[in-house]
Parts: sequence; C-alpha cells; structure tokens
Amino acid sequence: MSTETKPGRREFIRAAAVAALGGGVWMAASPSAEKWVWQIDPHKCTQCGRCATHCVLNPSAVKCVHATKICGYCDLCSGYLQPAAPALDTGAENELCPTAAITRRFVEEPYFAYSIDEDLCIGCGKCVKGCGQFGNGSLYLQIKRDLCAHCNECAIARDCPSNAIERIPLSRAYVLKYDENAGEGA
Amino acid sequence: MAMGKRAIVYRRVVLFLLLWSALLTGTANAEFRFPMPEFSTGYEHEDMHLPPDALTPPWLDIALLTGVLALTAWAVLRRRSRNWVLALSFFALAYFGFYRQGCVCSVGSLQNVLNAYIGTGHVLTFLVAAFFLLPLVAALYFGRVFCAAACPLGAAQEIFAVHPVQVPKPVDAALGMLAYLYLGITVMGVAVGAGFLICRYDPFVGFFRLGGSFNMLLAGGIILGAGIFIARPYCRYLCPYGVLLRWIAIFARRHATITPDECVQCRLCENACPYNAIIPPEPADAEPRRAGALRLGKLLLVAPIAILFAAGIGWSAHPTLSRMHPTVRLAERIAAEEAGVYDEMTTESEAFREGDEPATVLYAEAHALNERFKVAGAALGAFMGIALCARLFRLSVLRHARDYTIDKGACLSCARCFKYCPVEPPEK
Repeated sequence: MSTETKPGRREFIRAAAVAALGGGVWMAASPSAEKWVWQIDPHKCTQCGRCATHCVLNPSAVKCVHATKICGYCDLCSGYLQPAAPALDTGAENELCPTAAITRRFVEEPYFAYSIDEDLCIGCGKCVKGCGQFGNGSLYLQIKRDLCAHCNECAIARDCPSNAIERIPLSRAYVLKYDENAGEGA
Repeated sequence: MAMGKRAIVYRRVVLFLLLWSALLTGTANAEFRFPMPEFSTGYEHEDMHLPPDALTPPWLDIALLTGVLALTAWAVLRRRSRNWVLALSFFALAYFGFYRQGCVCSVGSLQNVLNAYIGTGHVLTFLVAAFFLLPLVAALYFGRVFCAAACPLGAAQEIFAVHPVQVPKPVDAALGMLAYLYLGITVMGVAVGAGFLICRYDPFVGFFRLGGSFNMLLAGGIILGAGIFIARPYCRYLCPYGVLLRWIAIFARRHATITPDECVQCRLCENACPYNAIIPPEPADAEPRRAGALRLGKLLLVAPIAILFAAGIGWSAHPTLSRMHPTVRLAERIAAEEAGVYDEMTTESEAFREGDEPATVLYAEAHALNERFKVAGAALGAFMGIALCARLFRLSVLRHARDYTIDKGACLSCARCFKYCPVEPPEK
C-alpha cells in the first residue's frame, strides 16, 4: 500500500506511542495491586434507608452487622422492638424489622442475645437507627464484600446523603464498629 | 431468682429514664449507655461473621481480556471469520457481562484514569489501568478489535443487530457527535468531582445484574430495540471510549480489509456495512479542485469563530451544568429551604442539618464549584467546537480512492463484509 512507504519510522512512532500511553497510565496507577472495595463508615451513616433501595442488587448488598462485643443484651431492645409496641415480645407487630431478620434468644436473666439473619436483612437500617438512638449502637450497616457487585461507581455512595461510603483497599476492609484487636471505633 | 427479677426491674427503669432523657435532649451520644453484661452462665459473645473476599483475581480478568483481544485480531485478520467473532462476543457477554456483572469494563475505566490525573478520590488500580490500556494498544495494531468482540456492551448490541439498515451518512455523522459530547461531559464530571457519568448511565448493566432501576432498564431496552435496525446505537453514537478507539484505530498497523486480495470493484460490498465504515471509490474528477479549495477556505475561516462561540455557550451554561454536582444541588436546596420555598426537608438536607457543618461553608463550597464549572463549561464548549469543525473538515475533503476501502476509525471489525467479497485469497 502507498501509505506504508516508511515502515521503519511508522513502527518507531507506534512503539513510542504505546510506551508513552502505557507509561503515563501505569505511573498514575496505585503501587498496591490490590482490589478496592466499597465500605460504609458507620460513624457517618445517618440510616436514611437508601442502602435498601439504591443498591443495584436486589436485595441490597448492605446488611446489618451486629458488634456483639458492645451490645448491652437489653431485653427491651430499641433496635428490635417498635417504639410503641403493643406488647414487648416477639410478635411481628412488635418488631421493628420489616422482614423479621433479627432473631432474639434468651441468654439468662435479664439478658437477650440478638443476631441478624442475613438472608432476610434488606439493609433498611431501621434497627440501626433504633439501636443508635436508645441503645449502645452495636447494630450498624455495612456492605458485604461477598455480595457486593463492586461497581466502579457505587450507586448507594452516589446518593448517600452523609457521604458515608468510601472505597478502601481490601486489606483494610471491613470497617468495623468494634474490632477485637484495635478496640472500639477502629 | 429474686435477684434476677429485681435486675429486670432495675434495667427497665434505667432504660426508660435514658429513653426519656434521650428524647428530651435529642442528643446522639449513644456510646455504651448500657454496660456490657458479665454472664453468670458462661455465655460467650457470638463472633462476628466476616465473609471471605469473593473477588475474582485481577490477573484472571487481565489474562482473559488479553486472550479475547488476541483471538479477535486473529479471527478478523487471519481467519476472516464472522462466526469466530460472534463466538468470542458470546464469551465476552457471558464473562465480562453476566459473570463479572459489567464491572470492570474498559469503557468505564476511562473515568478512573482521568480521575487519577485530574480528579480526586478513588485510586487507580493496575487492573483498571490494564483494562484501559489493552484495548487502546490493540487498536493501534489491529483496529477496534475490542469493539468487535471483547466489549460486553458491544456484544449485547451485536447480537440484537439482526436487521440492520443503512443510516444516511449526514444523519450518521451528526449523531456521531453525541459521543464527543458524552466524552466531554464525562471528562468534566470527573474533573469537578461530580461522579462517574458513564457508570451512572450505562444502559446495559441492569441486564447484566438481572435487575436495575426502571429508567436504566427502559433505556437499555430502547437501545437494544433500536439496535435491531440501527446496528449498535450505543457504540456509534454514545460510547465515549469508542471516541478514543476511533482516534487510535486510524493509525492501526494491520487493519482488517474487505478483500483478501486486489479489489475488483464489483460493488458487492457496498451495502454490507451497517456502520457506514466502507468508503466507496471517489473518482479524481468528482469536483473541480477550485471548488474544494474554496469550501475548505471558508471552513477554516469560520472555524475559530465557531469554536469561540461554542466555548461561550459552554460558559453561559454553567448554572445548569453545575447542578451535576451534589454539593451544588444541596446548597441550592438548603438556600431555598432557608428562604421558605419548601416546607419539607429532603433526605440530603436532613442529613446535612444533622451534621455540624455550617451552611456558610456549604455555600462557599458551592460557589467555588460554580466558578470551576464556568471554566469547565467553556472548555467543554471549545472541545465540542473543535470536534465539530474537525468532523466538517474531514467530510469536506474528498479523498481520491480507486477501491472500496475501510474507514478505520468507524470500522468495528465485525467481519460482516468479508463474505460479500468474491475475491479468493491469494495462493501462498
């Protein structure tokens, strides 16, 4: 072809372009080759409820996590019971959770243990709000990395009113409210 | 037992007192209202259940993308087989689309790379950098083989393009400018920190994840439906990454050719391409030289004025453009609420009022952003002006060609035209 008159020079320019492009982008890349994951900062979260509705997955990849180490094991749990519950028992009309994802188990007088059934939890944060208002704040929302689709732009992060969702390296996930090794608020 | 009963009563009283005090003061000081109990029955705390990192290893994605690109180049250049290209498309759709749920993708990686240079926030990982680079390097050597089979968005549309019609050239050229606008707005969005627009308005990701917002699925449905007749509308008229690939593929070292040997000008391939990527022969005496030169002269004269005009439009559009940014939207909302326009708060304004940041800081931030949007808007306008003039320039220059040739920039290496050519490959 007539356009390929000087293959040597063309090849050199092409190779130089690849080197410049590749070098430029590679230099900007993070030296840590690890993956980044989306996580909620529980201290910034305002439990607006959008985690349940704005995730691209249905049900949401956001689930309630229970830091049992800082739970008060209250029998009158404000994360479990409706504020104006007709009776203080396990009846559906008394429970705060819309999907009955919190199970309540008697431990000893007067303590009850609470655990989250992740398959039922939709990440609405109603229990988190209740626990944070009147309890120890041991319930909080977190993005489960095994469920998360790892979108390039997290749809919840975009619409989070308190900017509580950030991308952190895999080695630093989970963002826990209570960490055994690091202590509270790590 | 009696001790236990008393403890219950005691705890209930404490709880109600705290409940009331919390209600009255409205404070959010929630850390450890209740001491963690010491269990006499030896009950142990449940351990927190942390899931494993169910992430695909980055090297697998990079290896598969490299493999698909290499195989596509081989299928298009050596094998000249559309079936191979289609088979690779199905693989890309299944793996990068449905299995990886549309992330990581080269189209979106453009934003991450831009963000590393001109934006703030997320860090560019090697995986994303590789997904940005590999298709561009492939385009520099073999043309847009990424579009042909490695892109899940392209593959989804290619499968739907069952009855493609030829879009009239002027309409095609005009609609093609939309992709430049999309690219420009994306760059602007990243530069001012307004988020990743390509990801937000990705029309197919809802299908890949088998669920999405109604608008997302509707947009995807419209594009796929239109794609039955107008082949690959997203790739041709919207894809911002496609613009980069188009620029680079023009300089491709070995690009696909319609004919494996000498063109015999049988005109059989004339209607083969649904992407308007086949340039028909242009006789040397199509128009007098003087007429062409005059038209070009006029265009060069008008170009600077047009670019300045477009920059001016971009500048004056900054109040609209700046609403792209959530901080600006929040500031406008807060200001309107303060002025008594709305009776109710939105979730955003409610969350803002719960925080400690004063409104004046927010207003200052929004004001600074507005100033940035003026510059960014002018740059966007100028970019569009330049792109438009370059497109007109290219359309007004007639290339004297004897054979049917491929427009390397527009060609998606779909391999449709190969079977229209009656010429046998030369004997080796």
